[in-house]
Amino acid sequence: MARNSVGRDLPEQIPGYGPVRPFSGHKARIPEGNRAGGKLKATFNDRTDKTVKDIKEAIKASGLRSGMTVSFHHHLRNGDYVVNQVIDACAEMGIRDLTLFPTALFGVHKALIPHIKSGVISRIMGSVNGPIGQLASEGGMESPVVLRSHGGRPRAVVAGDVKIDVAFIASPSADRYGNLSGRIGRSACGSMGYAVTDAEYADCVIAVTDNLVPFPLTPVSINQTKVDFVVAVDSIGDPAGIVSGTTQVTRDPMRLLIAHHAAALIESSPYFKDGISFQTGAGGISLAVAAFVREVMKARGIKGSFGLGGITSFFVDMLKEGLFEHLMDVQSFDLVAVKSIAENPNHVEISADWYANPWNSGAVVNMLDTVVLGATEVDRNFNANVNTEADGALLHGIGGHQDTASGAKLTIITTPLLRGRIPCVVDDVYTVTTPGEVVDAIVTEFGVAINPLRQDLIDAAKDAGDVPLVTIDELAERAHKMSGPMEPVATKDRIIGVVEWRDGTVIDVVRQLDK
Amino acid sequence: MKLRRTMLYLPGNNPNMLLRGWLFGSDGLILDLEDAVSIHEKDSARILVSRILREGEFGSCEVTVRINGVDTEYWEKDLEAVVPFGIDGIRVPKVEGPETVKAVDEALTRIEKEAGLTVGRTKICCLLETAQGIWNAYDVAKASPRVDAICPGGEDLTADLRTQRSDEGTELEGPRRQVVLAARAAGIDAFDTVFPRINDDEGLIRETTFIKQLGFDGKSVIHPRQVPIIHSVFMPTEKEIDRARRIVAAAKEAAERGLGAVSVDGRMVDAPVVKRAQFTLTRAGFFEEVQ
Repeated sequence: MARNSVGRDLPEQIPGYGPVRPFSGHKARIPEGNRAGGKLKATFNDRTDKTVKDIKEAIKASGLRSGMTVSFHHHLRNGDYVVNQVIDACAEMGIRDLTLFPTALFGVHKALIPHIKSGVISRIMGSVNGPIGQLASEGGMESPVVLRSHGGRPRAVVAGDVKIDVAFIASPSADRYGNLSGRIGRSACGSMGYAVTDAEYADCVIAVTDNLVPFPLTPVSINQTKVDFVVAVDSIGDPAGIVSGTTQVTRDPMRLLIAHHAAALIESSPYFKDGISFQTGAGGISLAVAAFVREVMKARGIKGSFGLGGITSFFVDMLKEGLFEHLMDVQSFDLVAVKSIAENPNHVEISADWYANPWNSGAVVNMLDTVVLGATEVDRNFNANVNTEADGALLHGIGGHQDTASGAKLTIITTPLLRGRIPCVVDDVYTVTTPGEVVDAIVTEFGVAINPLRQDLIDAAKDAGDVPLVTIDELAERAHKMSGPMEPVATKDRIIGVVEWRDGTVIDVVRQLDK
Repeated sequence: MKLRRTMLYLPGNNPNMLLRGWLFGSDGLILDLEDAVSIHEKDSARILVSRILREGEFGSCEVTVRINGVDTEYWEKDLEAVVPFGIDGIRVPKVEGPETVKAVDEALTRIEKEAGLTVGRTKICCLLETAQGIWNAYDVAKASPRVDAICPGGEDLTADLRTQRSDEGTELEGPRRQVVLAARAAGIDAFDTVFPRINDDEGLIRETTFIKQLGFDGKSVIHPRQVPIIHSVFMPTEKEIDRARRIVAAAKEAAERGLGAVSVDGRMVDAPVVKRAQFTLTRAGFFEEVQ
C-alpha cells in the first residue's frame, strides 16, 4: 500500500489494471523516452478506393481479433449508432474479450450491457454512466473501468499506455479515400477533436459514415493518410441526440445567484482585462456565468482572446460580437456551433491532444485564464469529485475537468451548497477527480470560498467589495447543518474503477458497492 | 428608517427557496401560505414554514408570512404556526374593511400572549384586492396600530373592477393613488403589487418608476431576478443624493450651533424635509451618514 498526495491509500497492483503509480502533485510526473510508434504502412496507386461493403467486412479486413482494443469517439453523444453497431457485429463474428476504449459512453450505449455480460467486452477504459456505470459499480465488469481526462486519454495513447488496435471513427462526412469531416452531412457534429489522436496512433483506422462524398473532401477533420477503410451505412446517428437546438441559460434563481457570484469573482480577478481567455461548460450555471461575464465585457469594453472547450451557441454569439477573437473547439455542442465551425475561419477545430494533453509541447489549456467547472461534490481541501454520485456509483467521466483546472490561471467550481438534501460541500470527497491544489475557488449560493493558496485572489476580491467571501469550512459546516448526518457509502474492497490524473498516476480508486 | 423597496414572495411549499430566499438581497421576505400553495398542501406548507421560521436564516431581511384569507378555515391555524417565532409581520389577503383587521388583531394578541411575546409586535400588512377594500383603504389602515402597510391587489382587483390588466396598467392607476393617499393619511407605508411578467425587464422598470413617482415605498416581488432591477429604480440620482447630503449636513450644523432653523441654498427647510433627505441617503446605501 502507498498513500498518494491527496491521502488515498492505493495498492501496488490492481487486478485488471496493472501496477499503480500514485499521484504526487499536479505537475510532478515528467516523462522520459519516446512517443509510442504506430504501425508502418505503404499505400500505392493501385489502391484508390478504401470503401468496403459493411462493418463486418471492415472488421475482417482490419484483422481485429478477440482480446484486442477498439476505440471510439463521442462526438455523436447520445445520438450515436456506431458503437452499438460495431460491437453487435463483433459479437456476431465471435470476437470476444475486447477492451473498449471510447472517449465517453452515453445512455444510448446501454445496449452494450448484454455484450458485457456475455464477455464480448471485458474491459472499458473511458467514462461510463447511467446503466453501465451502475453495472460496473455493482461489480459487473471483469476489469476495473479506467477513467482518464480529455488530455489524459491522448497522453496514454501517445505514451503507449494504451495501444489501439482498431479505431472506429464515426464520420458525418467522408470520401472514398478516407478524408473525414464533422462539418457537413445529416449527422454533422462539428469538431471531431477527440478522434484525432486515435487516428494517428491506431494500427488500423475504420471510418464509418452516412454521407459519402466525392474525393477530395475538404476541409478535413482527419485526413486520408490516417484512414485505412471507409464504410458507408444508412445512418451513423440520430441528429436529435447528436446536437441540441440552442443551449439555454438557466432561469433558476438559485443557479443564477451562484453564477452572479462567480461572475463577480472573475471581474475582481487580475485576469479580467483585454485578452482574457475563457472556458465554461454547457451546464446551466456555467452558461449563466458566461452570460453575466458577457454583459460586463460589453459594458466595460473588454475584448477577449479565445473561448475554449466544448463550444455552444453562446460562445458563437460572443465570437460574432467581437468579445472573442477565436474559438478553439474540441467539441461542438449545438447546431449553431456546428454551423459556425463550418463557416467561420476564426472558429478553429482542435484535437484533444492540442486541447489538453500534458505530455506534448504545449496544450491550449496552458494558455487559459479562467475556467468555470462543476462538480458533484467538493471538500474542505478544495478537492473536487465529478466521477461518483452520493451513493458511490460511477456517474460521470472526467471530461476536461483536470486539464483545465491544472492549466487555467483561475479555476472556479460552481455548485449549489446542497442538491435536494445531499450536501455538495463536504469534509472529504468520496472520490478525488481534481486535487485542491489546482482549484482556486468554490462558488455557492451561500458565498465564495477562495483557496488560501491564492491570497492574491482573496485580496482582489476584497478590494472589489462585491464578492461574498466565506471560508470553505463555513460552507462545509453550513451544508452539514442543513443536510444532517449522512450515512457513509458501504463498499467491498474490490476496486471497480481507477481514476487517473492526466499524467497517468492514480489519484483515486472507486470500490464495488456493497448491495 | 428601514428600507422596504422589495418584499419577495417565497412559495411556502418550496424548502429550497424558503431556506435561500434571504440570499437574493431583497429588503423583506413574504413566506407565502396562500396563493403559492394548493389546497392539498395547506397543512404541509404550514408545517414547513413553521420549521423554517424556527431553524432557518433570514439575514437582515424583514420576515413576514402571507396567511390564508379570513374567509378560509386556515387563517387562525396559520397564525398559530408562525406568530410564536417572533416574525416581523403578517400579510392578510382580501381585506375589505376594518372588521377583518380587528379579527386578525384579536387573534394575534391572543397568540402573542400565549407565546410570551410583546403584545402588538407582530405588524399587519393588508392586501386590498377588491373594489370595496380599496374604497375602505383609510379605515383599514387606521383599524389597528398593528397595520403598518397597505398594498393594492393585481389580478383579483382587476377582475373585481370588471377589466383586464394592460401593459400600461391604466386600470390600476386609480386604486394605486388611493392606496398611497390612504397610507400617507394614516401615517403608514404603501407597497405596490407584483409585476407578473418575470422576463420583461423594461416593463418592470417602467412600472417601478411610475409607482415610485406615485409615492410607494416599495413593491411586492414575485421572482428574485426582479430584486436588483427594482432597487436600481429606487436608487436616488446623484443630484438627489447631493442635495440630501447638503440638507443633512446643514441640519447637523444647525443642531450643533443650537439653531432651530435650517437653511440650504438660501432656503429654509423644515424637519420633514430633513427626514426625507436622511431617507434618500439611506436608500442610496449611505447609512453611516444618517447616523
